[in-house]
Amino acid sequence: MKVNGTAYERDVEPRTLLAYFLREQCGLTGTHVGCDTSSCGCCVVVLDGKTAVKSCSMFAVQADGHEVLTVEGLAQGGALHPIQQAFWDHHGLQCGFCTPGMMLTAVVLLANNPDPNEAEIREGLSGNMCRCTGYQNIVKAVQHAAGVMRQPEAVAK
Amino acid sequence: MIPAAFEYFRAQSTDEALGHLQKYGSDARVLAGGQSLVPAMRFRLARPAVLVDINPVKELDYIGTDGALTIGATARDTAIERASWIRDAKWSLLHDVSRVVADPVVRQRATVVGSLCHNDPAGDWPAVALAGRAEVMVRGKGGERAVPIDEFLVDSFTTAVEDGELAVAVRFPLAGERTAGSYQKVERKVGDYATAAAAVQVSLNADGSVRQAGIALSAAGPCAIRVAEAESLLAGRKPNADAISAAADAASRASQPQADLRGSVEYKRHLAGVLVARGLRAALARLGVQA
Repeated sequence: MKVNGTAYERDVEPRTLLAYFLREQCGLTGTHVGCDTSSCGCCVVVLDGKTAVKSCSMFAVQADGHEVLTVEGLAQGGALHPIQQAFWDHHGLQCGFCTPGMMLTAVVLLANNPDPNEAEIREGLSGNMCRCTGYQNIVKAVQHAAGVMRQPEAVAK
Repeated sequence: MIPAAFEYFRAQSTDEALGHLQKYGSDARVLAGGQSLVPAMRFRLARPAVLVDINPVKELDYIGTDGALTIGATARDTAIERASWIRDAKWSLLHDVSRVVADPVVRQRATVVGSLCHNDPAGDWPAVALAGRAEVMVRGKGGERAVPIDEFLVDSFTTAVEDGELAVAVRFPLAGERTAGSYQKVERKVGDYATAAAAVQVSLNADGSVRQAGIALSAAGPCAIRVAEAESLLAGRKPNADAISAAADAASRASQPQADLRGSVEYKRHLAGVLVARGLRAALARLGVQA
């Protein structure tokens, strides 16, 4: 499978979950494991550029031949992705544990709805849990990132 | 926990999936969205020896209308949620439910047919399929058969799909003019099991009387239940406040919930009635009828 543009070829047991494959075989520990049973959203990655998946509930073999985006693949050429920058600017994190899943869920959310209102952002992130922030600043960060990403020059950068 | 070891087969076509399922019989389970099965395997509540992954089967990834609204076995909940034509009043029951199953990330993987096959007592799609009078297309060695949803849902986590068979699609019949529905669910938080939920679909005659009503409950027994008494007492009647109240009472009586952290039996039975009344009023409002 391709992860963040790099091809990884490994032999794995069918029962190896994608989250553990990414962490232990690819060394990409930005994908966090929280509840481990598809509730908390810490392990969300993007599959084939269009689907947010909880990688604790998908087997690595299912991603064979597919492209996976993890939090490590968001920044390009040393520049933070607009969503990462917005989380920084708007204090969208405290401990950071839920942050990768939040940001990757937001990637797909904004791809499908580039101009969401606050209610739509809250609804879109409702499968991701945060125990620190009370969500206020996460919502603000996503709203701000959406604004930045709607500017054509920001995307070109 | 890590699931118990299993053998994995990736099917590229329905026939290939059926080949594996027939070879391995009761040892095999179908892996579709995996949003219930994989957590169950992680808790070791399920330990299938063989998984047949149907995600690559493109021919089952569709939603279409061909005399019925047909949802293929690998179509995701999100596909229903995003289909603009499904916002038409006559499909409002399906559109409603597609927005409240689990959470928005789970819905990007979860499948409608998978939810029916899982047949969780608190699942959303089984109740919707009852209210919408759906049938499930089940394919096996002897060809394909259409199983009415009332026969399909056998018991908790048990369906009419037999060893060596694959549920390939669910079909919701076109219910005709002046049809609308509503799905009403109370949950403590997003992604929790429903405390109670009601699926309602109503079709009206030209004179405003009820041609057909579909009413079903989730989290109200060993599996989703049809409230036949409420359906028959609405049929042929004007759907006024008295009729709605009688249907709600029938739903409360039919409900057989279990007490848990989400509430007592008494509370959940009350809630079932309230949600049926709300669902009927919401469905009728979509047809421009205030009741």
